[in-house]
Amino acid sequence: MLKRLFGGLKKTRDSLVVGMRKLLGSDTLDDATLDQMEELLYTADLGPAAADLMDALRKARAAGEVTEPAQVEPFLRDQIVDMLGDDVADTPVGSGPRVVLVVGVNGSGKTTTIAKLAQLLKREGRSVMLAACDTFRAAAVEQLGVWADRLEVRIVKRETGADPSGLAFDAADAAQREDIDVLLVDTAGRLHTATNLMAELVKIGRVISKRIPGAPHEVLLVLDGTTGQNAIAQAREFKQAVAVTGLVVTKLDGTAKGGAVVSIRRQLDLPVRFIGLGEGADDLERFAPAAFVEALFDG
Amino acid sequence: MFESLTQRLSKVLGGLTGGGRLTEKAVDEALEEVRAALLEADVHFRVVRDLIARVREQAVGQEIVKSVSAGQMLVKVFSDELVGMMSSEGEPFTFAGGRPTVVLMAGLQGSGKTTTTAKLAHWLRTEHRRKPLLVAADIQRPAAVDQLKILGEQIDVPVFHVPGEPPEVLAELALAEAKRTGRDTVLVDTAGRLHIDAELMAELSRVRERVTPDTTFLVCDAMTGQDAVRSAEAFQQTLPLDGVILTKLDGDTRGGAALSVRHVTGAPVAFVGVGEKIEDLQRFHADRLVSRILGMGDVVTLVEKAQEHVDEQEAERQMKKMLEDEFTLEDFLSQLKTLQKMGSMKDLMSHMPGMSGLDPAMIDEQALGRTQAVMLSMTPAERRRPSVLDNSRKRRIARGSGTTITVVNQLLNQFEGMRKMMKQLKNQGLFSRLMSRFTGGGLGMGDMAGMAEAAAGGARPGAGGPRPTAGTVNQIDRRKARKKERQRKKQSRKRR
Ligand SMILES: Nc1nc2c(ncn2[C@@H]2O[C@H](COP(=O)(O)OP(=O)(O)OP(=O)(O)O)[C@@H](O)[C@H]2O)c(=O)[nH]1
Ligand SMILES: Nc1nc2c(ncn2[C@@H]2O[C@H](COP(=O)(O)OP(=O)(O)OP(=O)(O)O)[C@@H](O)[C@H]2O)c(=O)[nH]1
Ligand SMILES: [Mg+2]
Ligand SMILES: [Mg+2]
Repeated sequence: MLKRLFGGLKKTRDSLVVGMRKLLGSDTLDDATLDQMEELLYTADLGPAAADLMDALRKARAAGEVTEPAQVEPFLRDQIVDMLGDDVADTPVGSGPRVVLVVGVNGSGKTTTIAKLAQLLKREGRSVMLAACDTFRAAAVEQLGVWADRLEVRIVKRETGADPSGLAFDAADAAQREDIDVLLVDTAGRLHTATNLMAELVKIGRVISKRIPGAPHEVLLVLDGTTGQNAIAQAREFKQAVAVTGLVVTKLDGTAKGGAVVSIRRQLDLPVRFIGLGEGADDLERFAPAAFVEALFDG
Repeated sequence: MFESLTQRLSKVLGGLTGGGRLTEKAVDEALEEVRAALLEADVHFRVVRDLIARVREQAVGQEIVKSVSAGQMLVKVFSDELVGMMSSEGEPFTFAGGRPTVVLMAGLQGSGKTTTTAKLAHWLRTEHRRKPLLVAADIQRPAAVDQLKILGEQIDVPVFHVPGEPPEVLAELALAEAKRTGRDTVLVDTAGRLHIDAELMAELSRVRERVTPDTTFLVCDAMTGQDAVRSAEAFQQTLPLDGVILTKLDGDTRGGAALSVRHVTGAPVAFVGVGEKIEDLQRFHADRLVSRILGMGDVVTLVEKAQEHVDEQEAERQMKKMLEDEFTLEDFLSQLKTLQKMGSMKDLMSHMPGMSGLDPAMIDEQALGRTQAVMLSMTPAERRRPSVLDNSRKRRIARGSGTTITVVNQLLNQFEGMRKMMKQLKNQGLFSRLMSRFTGGGLGMGDMAGMAEAAAGGARPGAGGPRPTAGTVNQIDRRKARKKERQRKKQSRKRR
């Protein structure tokens, strides 16, 4: 994981790391140094977490715990790893199909993430089925269909405009009957402020649980890694509506740092489960906080 | 969700009002709040720093104008500065003469290019009577071509694609096809790409060389964070941009990235995307985005702020004017129209920080539309003097508006109640003034009365006021909810 994450994040963390290195070259920990540090944290989209980290750093300096520039990076690294919490293990697989509902705002990468998850699961030897419950967006069904063909996995679909919860029920039913290990449910992109669309999502979840009690076992919220502070509102609203269990942060192969997840973990206790590092089916990694933070800081 | 900037500033600047001067210390403290708000809105760190420095110079020592608080004034200084930064006069499109106009769409993955391409085609056709041709030049994403084809079908605009050809060839072929088939505008949808993907960025350059676009748009997700600066800069370097289209503004993002993008590319924001549907495209207005970024959309806070600080005499004068003019249905109609111009009430509400805890479903837009239909079916004379409305006139109006006499009567009763309320409010003029200014007439008649009622010191429904409508009750509940929310926030701030 580390190596791929580094590869993916390599181009991305230049400013943070280069800047950090520059800072640490000087040997007094003065205010100017702290100001620059603050810029590094903010431009990584850490938002409110950046403010708190700076507070912590200033306190540590005042208390004489951090006195030299060389101590700053390890200090912050530890703090952020703490904020991100421990690695999360997959919940154990019970009997019957495990249902993963994938949700998020428009264009965040849900459909592609489903393809990537299917690939990952297949590699682990699980049988996978896809449910094309985005019956709204133009060619969303076709898009998932292309992936299903490429990955050679079963897909349950209907024409665009069909009722997504009805389709979700059918998919759960098919997964049950065919004794599939994991059912991945794609949903239409929706902004967390769209009340009626959020209600539709709730209904999809409810209908699935009618066919498979206890399902969906996981609800993954897909966040675009380039998103700024709005990611926090997205996480809050989706969590409230459909009991999100974890996050997937996509597009971290660009220059964005995805720092908003730090605040989301702290404020909403939602762990990041996977990160997306490209458009291909293999471009998904399990998330590990230590590795993530290390990748941000290490050159 | 967010605390409005005015709210924050009032805490820092407290009672500093008319007559005083902004001291350095007050300004610094206030600017720290502004800075936090801008960062929260995703304006880039450096852009924020520059802005603060500029405004600080202007603000220190300034006399605080009578009738506003120091906080309001600072917000105003910022707002002017930002609007100045974001405004642009130009037209969004340059049309070519003698050959079809070429429009090139570019942007990061999932930003909304394909959807926006179709929206633009629709816009060009309806606003400029152009005959567009859509070009599916995204050969990367699964089913991208299908997606554009379906959208093209929906708006009845042809979509050009030849399987197996690279984007630059597709664009060139499409241009020839447009000439042949008499299409005068070619819109090229391209694959999403990362600005650091050298290969794909080179592909964009090739498209540009082959068809020399007349207008190139960067499509940018309004929810983008600090990284907007870098991606936009890189796109601008590869592909000189003529404009930016900011998508997904229908959510509750502050949209500060737009400032950053404007700052680094110099390209004006031309359009905003406000939904997934073809019609959900609007021309950009700098002032709207700026008040959104600064969190000035919060009506209630502003009203409360104004209640604390506004010059009473001035308010009185305005109110009198309004009452002397005799508020008629005609006025009400024009207010409703303003409201509609401002966009759907639901959209509006979702943009208002501090109102985000509200269920937008509570606003009855249908009722609003019905109210308007009824008024439109009256003659101007009837609207000016509703007392002339006898049963036969009412029947005519009901027929004309597709409603019933009961609905017409209801409207008249509510209106009467509202007018009474206004008179009672003579001494609290301020509220109505602000109300009409910010909501262009309120949330529908019931709600307007409700707001007035709440302003009149929370008179209970039935206590001399008009019959309570659903709106009245809702409004009071909402105010209560907001108050609770504010208290909760205050507490959670303390905890932090
Ligand atoms: N670079 C990069 N691109 C990604 C990543 N994940 C997804 N994408 C791209 O982002 C775009 C949108 O992805 P989709 O999977 O269609 O997003 P979605 O959330 O399903 O979109 P809607 O269904 O329209 O809401 C596509 O062009 C994907 O190829 C990633 O990790 N890195
Ligand atoms: N709510 C909202 N959704 C939008 C808006 N514009 C586009 N979308 C949605 O955003 C998602 C992505 O839009 P696309 O047009 O596929 O984006 P794209 O940039 O072409 O994506 P790629 O080709 O994969 O890079 C879709 O679900 C659209 O329906 C908007 O203004 N508001
Ligand atoms: Mg999708
Ligand atoms: Mg596209």
